[in-house]
Amino acid sequence: MQLIFEKSRPGRRALTLDPLDVPKAELPAGFCRETPPALPEVGEFDVVRHFTHLSRRNFGLDSHFYPLGSCTMKYNPKVSELVAADPGFAALHPHLSSAPAYWGACQGALELVHDLEGILAEVGGMKAGCLQPMAGAHGELAGTLLIAAYHRDRGNTHKRVVLVPDSAHGTNPASAAMAGFDVVQIPSAPDGLADLDRFREAMNDNVAAVMLTCPNTHGLFEPQVAEIAKIAHAVDALMYYDGANLNAIVGKCRPGDLGFDVMHFNLHKTFATPHGMGGPGAGAIAVGDRLLPYLPGPRVEKTADGFVLSQPPKSIGRMAPFFGNFLIAVRAYAFLLRYGGDGLAAVAESAVLNANYVLARLRGAYHPAFDGYCMHECVFSAAAQAEKGARALDIAKALLERGCHAPTVYFPLTVKECLMIEPTETESKETMDAFCDDMLDIARIAETAPETLKDAPRGLPVTRLDEVKAAKDLNCASLA
Amino acid sequence: MSWIPVTEQDRREMLAEIGAASVEELFSVIPGELRMRGWNLSPGMAEAALRRHVAGLAGRNAVSPVSFLGGGYYDHFIPAAVDALASRSEFFTAYTPYQPEAAQGTLQAIYEYQSAVCRLTDMECANASLYDGGTAVFEAAVMACRATGRGVVRVHDSVNPVWRGILRTQTANLDVEVADGADPEGAACVIVQNPAFRGDLADFTDLAAACHSAGALLVMAFDPVSLGLLKSPGAMGADIAVAEGQGLGLPLGFGGPYLGVLAARKALIRKMPGRIAAATVDTEGKRGFVLTLQAREQHIRREKANSNICSNQALCALRALIYLCLAGPEGLREVAEACHAKAEYLKARLAARFPVANPGPTFNEFVVRLPIPAERAAALLLERGFLAGLPLAAVGAGGQEELLVAVTETRTRSEMDAFAAALEDACHATDL
Repeated sequence: MQLIFEKSRPGRRALTLDPLDVPKAELPAGFCRETPPALPEVGEFDVVRHFTHLSRRNFGLDSHFYPLGSCTMKYNPKVSELVAADPGFAALHPHLSSAPAYWGACQGALELVHDLEGILAEVGGMKAGCLQPMAGAHGELAGTLLIAAYHRDRGNTHKRVVLVPDSAHGTNPASAAMAGFDVVQIPSAPDGLADLDRFREAMNDNVAAVMLTCPNTHGLFEPQVAEIAKIAHAVDALMYYDGANLNAIVGKCRPGDLGFDVMHFNLHKTFATPHGMGGPGAGAIAVGDRLLPYLPGPRVEKTADGFVLSQPPKSIGRMAPFFGNFLIAVRAYAFLLRYGGDGLAAVAESAVLNANYVLARLRGAYHPAFDGYCMHECVFSAAAQAEKGARALDIAKALLERGCHAPTVYFPLTVKECLMIEPTETESKETMDAFCDDMLDIARIAETAPETLKDAPRGLPVTRLDEVKAAKDLNCASLA
Repeated sequence: MSWIPVTEQDRREMLAEIGAASVEELFSVIPGELRMRGWNLSPGMAEAALRRHVAGLAGRNAVSPVSFLGGGYYDHFIPAAVDALASRSEFFTAYTPYQPEAAQGTLQAIYEYQSAVCRLTDMECANASLYDGGTAVFEAAVMACRATGRGVVRVHDSVNPVWRGILRTQTANLDVEVADGADPEGAACVIVQNPAFRGDLADFTDLAAACHSAGALLVMAFDPVSLGLLKSPGAMGADIAVAEGQGLGLPLGFGGPYLGVLAARKALIRKMPGRIAAATVDTEGKRGFVLTLQAREQHIRREKANSNICSNQALCALRALIYLCLAGPEGLREVAEACHAKAEYLKARLAARFPVANPGPTFNEFVVRLPIPAERAAALLLERGFLAGLPLAAVGAGGQEELLVAVTETRTRSEMDAFAAALEDACHATDL
């Protein structure tokens, strides 16, 4: 397909403005550009056709099953889109929150921020929420900066180490490093769980925090999580909860009750805001008593005169220009109100039921990486298939060819030829059955004719792409 | 529940396949003492009640006043085609393009976005986007430290104070010293902004040369709409260009989601944070697009990654790309010229009564010194149906009497005349 730049024709244009109703103004030439930017010259219909065609070269959740482990690709409710598009939010200027003169003009938005931060704190079993972080990884950075501020405030600047299990998302060690910590990786036990003895051995006075995902990325709940928290708290190390897998336990148990001091929510996972091809997401955080004084500010507070902004004295300051990805938060708020306190447990229950159903149907053909029930996602190793010549990547591409998005492959790094499958609670039994039938069929082909899978996917806009060439002959922009 | 399709019958069949007696059995691994004991959340709402509730909150926000409020975020006109195309669910419900054959739409759009950013800024490479302008400034600062092996970042007073706040917060625990000023000596980079937060225009070409002879990088924050008219960061010699991309077809949205733009000289590409799309070929030699240079990123490099970022604002970048395509070179120039001409008209109108604090030329924003506190003026003008601008003391960027006034192409002459009269009247009444 042509690039939009290749469709450019001199003199063609789309945007027209109202006639200028003031005199033209001149700037000194030194401040102006000499040639106009080489943007495409196209008509509105050209633009509409181009981007409509591009959209049809994508698998979206509305059109395709998307069992991507760790990504929680659940249905994005249309009502969330509708309420977020209300001009009362969409057209609202963020600096209304900057000047007290304008606070009266944004009371509804401030109330939503305050209300949602409260709901998130309750869902997490924490004391307070904060909407500022703009993605899960940004929430991790905010959380680890809070932990740094806590230790600095107590004069414990020697606490420089963050313990992270080897099954963690790559963002955990990367975020801890960006917050200035040294990362020590703790190997998982063979059963896929955190190794309590290893944590005990690694724990000392230099440890600032432990970052855990629970259930972990093996899809397993960590039954010893409270014990790890006790070991950590004994040396005043704090517990960080990576909320990536919250969908498995929402309404069943709460990170705050498990012993965590700070957590992030992936609003785009648990609370069903659209993933937008990789963003914007939203990574709100919540904290318990220990970190409360350090939360990013300014904070929305409720007073007798309405909602106001304040900067707590020990706040780490701003992580975002205002309240994070506010319009994403509005969508998550709609989701949370729709379910309410009496409905959220059904999310986790169905998510876990669905994952175990897929696990049960596929365990005869693919090797489950771990024993027992899983939580919201099931993890298989395709090592046996790989030995025959059909790698996890080939299985993924064969699924694409059948009109199903692939599971997460090669993550977590702890499992060879890993296939990580998360159906989420919004998929029907029929959809999962069709997926499992495809997976079983692919397993049969992997037995009998594995080489045929190397040609997959066929019938999509492109066949397999040369990633080595992409990096070697780097072409990351069409320059004028 | 409307979003959970599994029926009672399905549940029984699924549990039988699993070999579990109940759904609760699947949760038996969670120790009893850690289970939820109930919580303080309201019961769920049906869609109609939910819509009434949220619309009620939206209705308590004032979006009808005629706005002269900017400060880095502007109510530019958004063509209808931007919403129509970006709201296609093949875009907005898709995930990160980790399976490129199933995401050519996303990947080509990102490649085109990167190309449009390069063409706009006269830089050689751009990433797939960051969270917002403020975090883009932070990432650029860290990138400069990595590229130069130095640890001092000098921030010129032209830079948005909100973004400086983000930079301070996020570097608090790193070996990075954030200092004021524009002296490149010993620095990893000097960060400047054009137009400045207070509206002033500058040509940083000489500073770029000074940076380069001192071994420092020049990081320049820019307003993408202004580049329809103004000299680009690349033409001035910037090494890294960053921006808040909100003005390119994104709604104000009370602060987000926005778009962090980051572009650089090609020599710096391996130090760049975030995703990068690149062109390649498939097994049949056909052009296609993939994410590339992923060895910089957290999912491969973990704690040694260039950044912890694992998303981009792809949907926002798509909006910006669609906007730039609709505008084209001529349209963007006209938008920029209209912003400038209208701001000049209002500036001249207000200057008759209030001193303008900008010593030289401005683009679409300027500072007036009022005879009364700017907060007071803002409150009075709100009563008269205007957002008068940003009282600069509220963001620590000026005196109590200083008001930052922004004008976009969406304002009309009659609105500006009415505003000027209302501001004069409010100040006069309060003066007496």
